[in-house]
Amino acid sequence: MSVSEYHRPDPDALLQKIHAQESAAARGRLKIFFGYAPRVGKSGRMFDEGLRRLARGQDVVVGAIQRTGSEHLEAALKRIEVVPPQTPPPQAQMTPGDAEAIDVEAILRRNPQVCLVDELARSNPPGSRNAYRWQDVEQILAAGITVVGAVNLQHVFEEQDAVERITGRRTPNSVPAKFIQQADELVIVDVPAEDLVRPGERSDLSTLQLTELRELALLVAAQVVEEQLQRYMAVHGIRQSWSTQERILVCLTPRSNARAMIESAARATRRFHGQMLAVFVRQGHLGREEAALQENLEYARKLGAEVHILQGSDPASVILQFARSERVTQLYIGHTQRRRWMFCRKSPAERILQEGEGMDVRLFPQGSAA
Amino acid sequence: MKRRGRLWIFLGYAAGVGKTYQMLVEAQRLRREGADVVIGYFEPHGRVETIAQTEGLEFVPRAHYQHRGSVFEDMDTEAVIRRKPQVVAVDEFAHSNAPGAPRPKRWQDVMAILDAGIDVLTSMNVQHIESLNDQVLQITHIRVRETVPDWVLHQADEVVVVDVTPRALIHRLERGVVYSPEKAARALQNFFTEANLTALRELSLRRAAQQLNERVTELSGTQPAETDVPPPPRRESILLWLTPNPSTAVLIRRGRRVADYLSCPCTAVYCARDEASIEPWLNICRNLRIDAERIPDQRKVAAAVAAYARSNGTTQIFVTRDTPGLTHMIHLVRDIQVTVVAAYAAETTHTLSG
Repeated sequence: MSVSEYHRPDPDALLQKIHAQESAAARGRLKIFFGYAPRVGKSGRMFDEGLRRLARGQDVVVGAIQRTGSEHLEAALKRIEVVPPQTPPPQAQMTPGDAEAIDVEAILRRNPQVCLVDELARSNPPGSRNAYRWQDVEQILAAGITVVGAVNLQHVFEEQDAVERITGRRTPNSVPAKFIQQADELVIVDVPAEDLVRPGERSDLSTLQLTELRELALLVAAQVVEEQLQRYMAVHGIRQSWSTQERILVCLTPRSNARAMIESAARATRRFHGQMLAVFVRQGHLGREEAALQENLEYARKLGAEVHILQGSDPASVILQFARSERVTQLYIGHTQRRRWMFCRKSPAERILQEGEGMDVRLFPQGSAA
Repeated sequence: MKRRGRLWIFLGYAAGVGKTYQMLVEAQRLRREGADVVIGYFEPHGRVETIAQTEGLEFVPRAHYQHRGSVFEDMDTEAVIRRKPQVVAVDEFAHSNAPGAPRPKRWQDVMAILDAGIDVLTSMNVQHIESLNDQVLQITHIRVRETVPDWVLHQADEVVVVDVTPRALIHRLERGVVYSPEKAARALQNFFTEANLTALRELSLRRAAQQLNERVTELSGTQPAETDVPPPPRRESILLWLTPNPSTAVLIRRGRRVADYLSCPCTAVYCARDEASIEPWLNICRNLRIDAERIPDQRKVAAAVAAYARSNGTTQIFVTRDTPGLTHMIHLVRDIQVTVVAAYAAETTHTLSG
């Protein structure tokens, strides 16, 4: 029996949710080109996709464009029909963050198969049908029209703090992370930072800043892909024994050299952008050691571990079973304090070391760190 | 002093994602900007859009090598160096060269070209990265034989992700863009499943992010912000204990990866009696730039390894799970961290090029 402080999403619930989504069969698909900074070329990729679909006989229109004057873009616009934006209401006070709103009514009347929408994070002018362009997109999708769009990292609301730490500024427009996570397809548009800082390109960000943004964008995309993978595995009932990211489990006891283990796990987790878990197997009352244990658990939580308290009389088996179900790639345990003497039963640490097939098991010495 | 060439790698996660296409788009862009760009090696695979991107680029003719009465074609590295362009595009970085070629691996050719001061654009898939070999095996049940050592990747000036969604890639396969119909049908059943592709895609994004993380460290001159975690208390030193056990290959790659991450030394030891049977592992060590030292044959190897570790200031020992004497050793080195490395299930050999 195990008591867990944390619950993974129930696969059945997940399935139901997916079926519900799929039963809304009339809904169009959303495909997003995702860039780490302006001018990485995501709009170009979006229009290329539009042209390819056109060539394959699909009915494609442009719902919103950001005119940059690029030859490539202007050439694409000659071949794809544009549904003109709405004329702003006369009383509207346009502010710099605002763009002309998509003419949702006109697009729904036109009813194409595919609609291209650039700059998904734009706010609409006051008095428009929806406050944000992404809400317009939801309506177009609901009508069964596929939307191909483009958005930049700095426009993902949940990432804006991190972006501001890197660049020192924040853009007023945003889309919720949920909007890009729920996209049917997210494609990262990656180019070297130096393409954006070369003469004539005039990005006012440094190579260092652009590189940091680029790393963050790849990790945001990797997380979206990880969620897609989990969904796919759940829907198809595939048990996954491996992990594409490091999942580190620290086994805590009141006595073990816990701080060093937790810190080492936290460093590795951050470096490999993995997940950190900590577990304690309760076998009875700890008495005066309880406070030391709570302190260790609290420290693990503080450094980002997902903490689980399990119960069982055979700690080695409980830990190994838990580690397998959580697809752990590295298991950290402490050396037992007692000296081994002959004929003594194997310690839990020794058993985990020998039976922990399929994961790295790291045995930490007493009283030192790594 | 001659400037070393710059290396750009276009990284994909499977055949057909468009690595070669992106590489050639970049080559064309550089040519338009006035650079002298040639193609050193290009594998057309009958892909029309990709072939179109070679238009106007000069091809350096391939070399022909005689081997046991057969003739093999490959990149003519020496001709590329003699031609001395500013930039050369070289497809399939992980390729093993034809028998009779001067160097066994294409990445070694590329190193020679870079040494000659020529910039190189190249392409590869994530499953060809040496340190990810075991993870790729776990995901796909395919052991990829052609690998590029990680230290080579670390020399890249740019690793650019070439991304498409698995769904789009599967469509390309179904439309016959990537392989012939029979090969495509087989690929869709084996390697190109949505689960495999999704997992490999995630690996490629994470590996590229890691490369950028290293670049951020270089550019800022500091470790990336881990302000919430105290720094490691001391400098680490990793020792790998090599045995004839087949999972020793995994051990070596894992040890290298951890040592890279800790920026610490990594050495290996093995017992003299195992020398003959561990030759393949010694080869992996050489590829990954790990010095392996022989310790004399003796009854208690575990004690000898423990003594070696102690006298060499080792802080972490890496071993495989069924190393004889392991339990004995961990009680001898209670002050040293011991990592037992995961082994993986049975493997099949398989190659899918492109």
